[in-house]
Amino acid sequence: MFPVTTAHYLVLSTLLLVIGTIGVLTRRNIIVILMSIELILNAVNINLVAFSNAVQNVNGQVFVIFVITVAAAEAAVALGILIALFRNKGTVHADEVDILRW
Amino acid sequence: MWLDSVLFYAFAALILICAVLTITRRNVIHCAIWLIGALLGVAGLFLLQGAEFLAGVQVILYIGGVVVLYLFVIMLVPVSEEARQRRFANQKWLGLLAGLVLVGELGVLLSRGADALPIAEPVAPAALGEVGNNSEQVGEVLFSQYLLPFELASILLLVAIIGAVVMAKVRPETG
Repeated sequence: MFPVTTAHYLVLSTLLLVIGTIGVLTRRNIIVILMSIELILNAVNINLVAFSNAVQNVNGQVFVIFVITVAAAEAAVALGILIALFRNKGTVHADEVDILRW
Repeated sequence: MWLDSVLFYAFAALILICAVLTITRRNVIHCAIWLIGALLGVAGLFLLQGAEFLAGVQVILYIGGVVVLYLFVIMLVPVSEEARQRRFANQKWLGLLAGLVLVGELGVLLSRGADALPIAEPVAPAALGEVGNNSEQVGEVLFSQYLLPFELASILLLVAIIGAVVMAKVRPETG
């Protein structure tokens, strides 16, 4: 088996990012859409760590810490909004929340 | 080296299978469980690349924090009723098409840029190795070079906590 290079990690991260994108575009449930966003952020993290390993520079790993921080903040706020939405509209489906649509 | 390849392919398969199941399962709780599998695979890849600190952060913060938060919120939404409804929105074929176009674009990008991939001459590990292990290196850089972003991240988390509480709180006057 040929050795694993940075390109392998990039291909994996590409596939994971596209899976996450398809999830965001096709699912109705907002909770699953948020999970897909987590998948996208993880694809970015794989890239950052792969390059950090390739150039032997630890800065990329520090970037990953910031990405994880922002992801945690995003999840907290988004789920707060989701609870408020469910209380007011009684649904968690993205295509049923359309009062701004003209 | 041989073991590294096997582990990489095992973790990659785990990540991709769990990710596909995450976005296709009908039951939201099952989605969250498969998401845990994908995140564990990413943590394994971090370990494989010598980022031990990040692997720990990934498991503790992502799986132990974020996914548990998701599960808490799922419990506030009636799942049994949820499971009987349509999973995908009306634009699902368009979304799938957009995803395939994206995969094509990124594939072209990767194949064109393949020559440039050995991007830089790796710094000799000895230059970093004298600082200590991975956690020490990350801590050293985080608290010197990235001190201001670190403090800003703490403010961001504070704002997010307050925002989440305000958003999810029941306001008696508005019902």
